[in-house]
Amino acid sequence: MSTTTPQQAAVTDPDLHSTLTGGKLPRWAPYAAAAAALLLAWLANAFTSVDGVAGTLIVAALLYLVLQTGWSFAVEGRRHAIDRLATTLVYTTFLVALAPLASVLISVVARGITVFNWEFLTSSMRNVSPRSPGGGALHAMIGTIEQVGIATIIAVPIGIMAAIYLVEYGGGPLAKWVSFFVDVMTGVPSIVAGLFVFTGLVLTFGLGRSGFAAAISLVILMIPVIIRTTEEMLKIVPNDLREASYALGVPKWKTILRIVLPTASAGIITGVMLAVARVSGETAPLLLTTFLSQSINWNPITGPQASLPTFVWDQIGSGTDASINRAWAGAMLLILFVVVLYVAAKLVARRFKIDAR
Amino acid sequence: MSTPLAGAMAPDSEPDSPKLSGSAVRRGDRVFLGLSRGAGILVLVIMAAIGIFLIWRAIPSFQANTANFFTTSDWFPDSDPVVFGIASLAFGTIMSAVLAMIIAVPVGVGIALFIAHYAHRRLASSLAFIVDLLAAVPSIIFGLWGLQVLMPNMNGLGTWLDQYLGWIPLFNNTLGIYTKSIFIAGVVLAIMILPTISAVSREVFVQVPSAHIEASLALGATRWEMVRMAVFPFGRPGVISASMLGLGRALGETIAVALILSAVFEINWHVTEPGGNTFAANIALKWNEAGSTGLSALIASGLVLFIITLLVNVAARLIIARRRDFSGAN
Repeated sequence: MSTTTPQQAAVTDPDLHSTLTGGKLPRWAPYAAAAAALLLAWLANAFTSVDGVAGTLIVAALLYLVLQTGWSFAVEGRRHAIDRLATTLVYTTFLVALAPLASVLISVVARGITVFNWEFLTSSMRNVSPRSPGGGALHAMIGTIEQVGIATIIAVPIGIMAAIYLVEYGGGPLAKWVSFFVDVMTGVPSIVAGLFVFTGLVLTFGLGRSGFAAAISLVILMIPVIIRTTEEMLKIVPNDLREASYALGVPKWKTILRIVLPTASAGIITGVMLAVARVSGETAPLLLTTFLSQSINWNPITGPQASLPTFVWDQIGSGTDASINRAWAGAMLLILFVVVLYVAAKLVARRFKIDAR
Repeated sequence: MSTPLAGAMAPDSEPDSPKLSGSAVRRGDRVFLGLSRGAGILVLVIMAAIGIFLIWRAIPSFQANTANFFTTSDWFPDSDPVVFGIASLAFGTIMSAVLAMIIAVPVGVGIALFIAHYAHRRLASSLAFIVDLLAAVPSIIFGLWGLQVLMPNMNGLGTWLDQYLGWIPLFNNTLGIYTKSIFIAGVVLAIMILPTISAVSREVFVQVPSAHIEASLALGATRWEMVRMAVFPFGRPGVISASMLGLGRALGETIAVALILSAVFEINWHVTEPGGNTFAANIALKWNEAGSTGLSALIASGLVLFIITLLVNVAARLIIARRRDFSGAN
């Protein structure tokens, strides 16, 4: 007991303590700085030309940066002051990103909900004038489901087979080129995909502007996404599984179909769902490859066919109060569709994760 | 010990192998390889076909055009002396994309840092998911939001920029009207490319060898010094290519920009004033009213957009591919 006494004395001695750890702001320093900044900003709001909630908050944030950095500079020195400043800025960037996301979601729900009712889900815009309220997006939902469905049916086998080529048969110069251009294809603007389908299929081969033409333009956008995600999944299938199968005399193609693909299936499904979510909101290629329609058209091959994104575009274009309300409701429907797919994809991915890494 | 064993194995396995790869097995493998290689080649074919068809269909308008395609700002491809050019389109496209980059690159890198090295490890994946949700919002919704929610709230910022930074020609506003401007389009584009930039940067930041991080911390570096000395040097190629991928997206974005801009065919450096136009927005807006030369002219402008985004994307991929070679990720 007696031997510990000098140590305890040393630790409790305030002078020695401060030389060991250097100057350090108390734990409550950031809160104090924030409170002071808010108070000053409120005073500025009351007595100077700074006004509005946004203005006050921005002034408070800037004051907080100055106060905290200055205080830290005085007590902790330059290096720690810069560290605190950087930490605050990094946290701020994340909040800055959340603000528009929150604003978009809130305004879509708040404005969309006003006309988002049973009629909206079960009727088309047939015989509804742009000025009058009512009408719905049933025709657009049918169009979107058909177009995205056709695109998925075409793009999924192509994408998965190309990914199999890259992972299971890759290594050669051709595979390197394919892999490189898959990356480049991811960056093709959606409107260029629309232009390509129009110039290639509509002008050259006489396919009418239709839901099917729209689906093909979505295929162009889906293929690289599916290839990339499938490739990632195939790569993390353990090699032991493949070798065990070869050792039993199973041919390579059967190994891929029966062993590799089932193992990676959850990841592939996730990738497909993400690709579907991404293309179902595409507007630009559909504007070039379909004609807008106000009524239900079940036939994707001929005639004009609406879709949810072009429905929103059309309603914004009409510009009346009733049509803007419908545009927001359409946006809400679209975002529901996309977010449900997105969350489901993430859940599938989390549920069936391969334990390889 | 090993030599006789290997010698015994070799004659055993050699006569067996032709039997193993017998004709039935071979055919299945060959068909499967053919199918999968075909799917891979299809990607190359599509990319080539996009270029070929756009060039082919753009040629008639090039032949009919009486003005210089690159320096003209007007767009009258269907009138009698055919006059059109991409000068104002190129200006609007590049200006809005550059504004978007100026806003989105620092913020995107900050988010990537936050998720990779600042946030709690357990929270990180959920936070990343929230940022990814931004990428899932369709562009038509960003357009609607930008038009109806953001634009009415941008007057204050526009006025402030004019008042205090008006001596910079960019922020000077002689009209006193702040709606439908390239500046607002740039802000919306910045929000739209944020997830791209932060996701790609994050991927590289996470790969920073922990030995580098721990070494700098052990030397007494603060967290920011660690980021500057260990994370940034390693992640620089990733950040550059992430920014270029974002740039590619911003250049090609159509609908949000088409809804926000007021589609004027002139070059106006005052970016907070109404006006401006981009390649993609112009195609979407003029498509249904264009005659045959008009369509061809729009395809020509789409060809220019395709080439620009192709170059940006190829450059981005080359930069990141160089990093991937020695990152040891695989």
